[in-house]
Amino acid sequence: MSDDVTFTIDGQEITAPKGTLIIRAAEQLGIIVPRFCDHPLLDPVGACRQCMVEIEGMPKPMMACTTTVMPDKAVKTHLTSELARKGQEGTLEFLLVNHPLDCPMCDKGGECPLQDQALAHGSNASRFIDQKRRYDKPVAVSSQILLDRERCVLCARCTRFSDQISGDPFIELFERGALEQVAIYEDEPYESYFSGNVIQICPVGALTSTSYRFKSRPFDVVTTPSVCDHCSAGCTLTVQSRRGEIQRQLARTNMAVNEAWNCDKGRFGFGHVTAANRITEPKVRDGDDLVTATWTEVLRRMRAAIGAATEAGPGRVAVLTGSRLADEDAYATSKYARTVLATDDIDHRTRFAPAGEREELAAVVGRDSATYADVERAEVIVVVGLDPEEEVPILHLRLRKAWRNRKARIVVVGPHLGTLADLAWRHVATEPGAEAAGLEALDGRDADGVAAEVAEALREATAPVVLVGERAGAGALTTAASLAETTAGSFAYVPRRAGTRGAIDAGLAAGLLPGGRRLDDADDRAALEEHWGELPAEPGRDLHAILTDAAAGKIDVLHLIGVDPVRDAPSTDLARAALAKVTTVIVQDLARTDTVQGFADIVLPVAARQERAGTATNWEGRRQRFSRAIDGPDLVQEDWEILVQVAAILGKDLGFSDLEALRAEVERVGRRDAAHPFPSFPSVPSDETDGDADDQDDDRLTVVARPLLLDHGTMLTNVPDLMATARPATVVINPTDADRHDIGAGDQVELTGANGTLTLPAQLATDVVPGTVLIPTNSTDEPSGVLADRDGDLRVTLSKVAADAPVEEVA
Amino acid sequence: MDIGLPPAVVTALTFVILGLLVWVLLTRTVLGRGFSVPLRNMLRGNETAQYPEKPRPVAPRFHGRHQLNRYADGLEKCIGCELCAWACPADAIYVQGADNTVEARYSPGERYAEDYQINYNRCILCGLCIEACPTRALTMTHDYEFSADQRSKLVWTKEQLLAEVPPGGEDTPHTDREVRQRGLNYYGGLAVTPPTLHGGRYKPAATAPAAKAGDIVPTGQLPEPDELPPDPATVGGPTRPEPGRDR
Repeated sequence: MSDDVTFTIDGQEITAPKGTLIIRAAEQLGIIVPRFCDHPLLDPVGACRQCMVEIEGMPKPMMACTTTVMPDKAVKTHLTSELARKGQEGTLEFLLVNHPLDCPMCDKGGECPLQDQALAHGSNASRFIDQKRRYDKPVAVSSQILLDRERCVLCARCTRFSDQISGDPFIELFERGALEQVAIYEDEPYESYFSGNVIQICPVGALTSTSYRFKSRPFDVVTTPSVCDHCSAGCTLTVQSRRGEIQRQLARTNMAVNEAWNCDKGRFGFGHVTAANRITEPKVRDGDDLVTATWTEVLRRMRAAIGAATEAGPGRVAVLTGSRLADEDAYATSKYARTVLATDDIDHRTRFAPAGEREELAAVVGRDSATYADVERAEVIVVVGLDPEEEVPILHLRLRKAWRNRKARIVVVGPHLGTLADLAWRHVATEPGAEAAGLEALDGRDADGVAAEVAEALREATAPVVLVGERAGAGALTTAASLAETTAGSFAYVPRRAGTRGAIDAGLAAGLLPGGRRLDDADDRAALEEHWGELPAEPGRDLHAILTDAAAGKIDVLHLIGVDPVRDAPSTDLARAALAKVTTVIVQDLARTDTVQGFADIVLPVAARQERAGTATNWEGRRQRFSRAIDGPDLVQEDWEILVQVAAILGKDLGFSDLEALRAEVERVGRRDAAHPFPSFPSVPSDETDGDADDQDDDRLTVVARPLLLDHGTMLTNVPDLMATARPATVVINPTDADRHDIGAGDQVELTGANGTLTLPAQLATDVVPGTVLIPTNSTDEPSGVLADRDGDLRVTLSKVAADAPVEEVA
Repeated sequence: MDIGLPPAVVTALTFVILGLLVWVLLTRTVLGRGFSVPLRNMLRGNETAQYPEKPRPVAPRFHGRHQLNRYADGLEKCIGCELCAWACPADAIYVQGADNTVEARYSPGERYAEDYQINYNRCILCGLCIEACPTRALTMTHDYEFSADQRSKLVWTKEQLLAEVPPGGEDTPHTDREVRQRGLNYYGGLAVTPPTLHGGRYKPAATAPAAKAGDIVPTGQLPEPDELPPDPATVGGPTRPEPGRDR
């Protein structure tokens, strides 16, 4: 307690830890000192001079946002000090000298700290009679952000955000004196995934959004709390709608998850809800066309198709789900597949999972996961098979915060550094898929070089964190868990998409049951059969097996819930073959995807996240409820509602008919008391390249396909301003490989894989392991899956496209 | 009867007493109060208005239906700020703002009302919207004859509410070029920032895949700089700095 300081503010005594800013201490007493530049998550700067307070013994008023608490001092704010009040009034008058009074025109009007504080603390009249400063306006800082320089009060919140939080130095203060202004570097595009936050923290209307420009006012929007549906970060959002249309989404402060930030994808990426390719009514196939049908008709057709397939024998119906689903949907899907379709052929993944992953996933559920707070506190963070900025952007901000504030050492294990290149302390380079071996070396037993250094750091660190992404190969989760255990740290599985963790919890994978139960565990089976009735006898097939068997004609009905295998599956060729062969493809989705367009026989329209209530589980395992913000199109239904009806028409009862009952059942049935242990693996999968030995002779390179944040995803349609800031699709090549193929940076490179080619501009980077190239999964006209063979094996030969050859358009 | 008073006084007293009696009769008795109404109205003129043939003038500050005013050149005064909608206690006003562009300018400044509706099913003609309007775009006329036989007809749209184009003016949209050449200061006064005449048309995303510094601001045909007197109020030079200039 010796570090605590006791003093008074406006006569009230308060004790605060040493180093607390006066403005924060005053907030605890409910005294709000007016401020513009001060933001609790940014370093203090004292730029706006608005927060003057009088401190006993100080000759002049002091800034409450940069002065720390001092023992036994009497601080007087504007409430009790005439000096402070006059000072604040004067500062506001100065700020308003050059601030245009175009509030009626300005998008910030009505929610503007300058407006509010000028009313509360300013004087009634201005003595300024001259013409105000004017600039050309508005300047587009990026396609999403407009800058009105004359409105700027030079608080430097935006420049500090981009410097301290997002680390994209694109926006700065230029010039001096009265001409000082916010601007961007001349020839550098403002490329940031977090740019929308500067709009939200701007205390005036200097930075406004292009997509929200002149759309509505704070008083006429309906504000609904929600949770972002794009990635597994689980950011809490505020959805604002007007006349049933979403106008904008804002980050909602939640210090445990997204602090006060979110990424541009979450902020601006809601266009898919009203996109032209949204599915708004049930459809059935009639030749090449999809024609509108009634719900009754599609349900009857489903009964006919599923009934025929079930009669034809076991294993002729399979369910694939994407990772868009809410937790309730995932549970309903899990129960629907196991009890109504009596099949365990179900997979939520859009990748061909390595053997043994089922047991690993079962072990993840119910185990304490690392959290954002752990990441923030950690001294060493090991990131495996994950590119946080592209996949889980808010996690990237947290990593950056740990790196900046606590000098956390970030270790990347995998074939490339990706966007962590600026932050990474060490790179434990491994072949793609061999991340487990790289991790294993970090326990320091017989490590050398980089691994030994990392092992040393891990030994010294108090609570290291291991984050394992989806691209980590076989055994990585197990190895990570044991590494976390030996170093007294924590680990987490960090999938990319919003619904993945919920899908694992609900058992949307062959052999996996809700709550981390396993189908091959007798106790688990018995426990669940009590509630669900008889379960399938044997663990079913995963995505690869389902698609392969479907292509071989062994599956009649494929029920796709929120997944587009044509673009998402690791092998486009296999996905197309499978979908073409299956008799009835039932698609339950938001948008007319390639799968719907080309292969769907029955199409069921579903409600988007903003149009319904539900629960989302983020990568930490944190469950957050979201509520309905707008009404969907008339004929859409929630995923679980559809499944309840399909079950009913097939003569089964899922046991719930409203959301409350479903939630209650998830609470009752969907949890297991303790987690399964991780399976034991052969220590290093040594047969990684066996059988491909002959490949060593040829010139083929292994491809690592990782998604970019802004790509051709189904939920990123109808947002042109957002997509204009997407990073360009490139193929990242190690310079040694590039030299071998005579490729220079910027050259168009043709990648020829087993089933197709892609042409991408080359980018050279030494952090990519030689023999490996890095491409985006879904940022090109054709997804990376076209390169793969039917086992998902991605190896390509490179060839430079001559400059005059016609180049395929890449996005 | 002689009561020893001069006859004139007796006469006067007699009238006073009679007057008092009549007053008591007319104001204090039921019958008298009843008769007093026709008696009073017999003395008044004819009050019947020949409506609708000869409607009577209303009071000068009568709250009739609204009107969206224009400047002398025809530009709309309304900037689509929604303050009227905000002020409205009956939630009768709907405004949708939008960007003026270089080719299509409806109002001075960046913003104009793309849609403007007043729902007279709800409007209570209280006039708070008029007080809220920052540009005097919305005023109330003396027109009160706007009843309708369908509720939908009582929702007045922007076309119905907009005032006539004044003589010599043109209907909107105008182009930026025309408006700049007129050189009008629409808001007047020095301490009020006159609205900028740049259309708010930053480059659309499709043509700006990666926004560069200093790029952007209006696309489309702006007047050549030498066509116009320089705007003394603009500081900081052109948006795009001279090449090679160190910022």
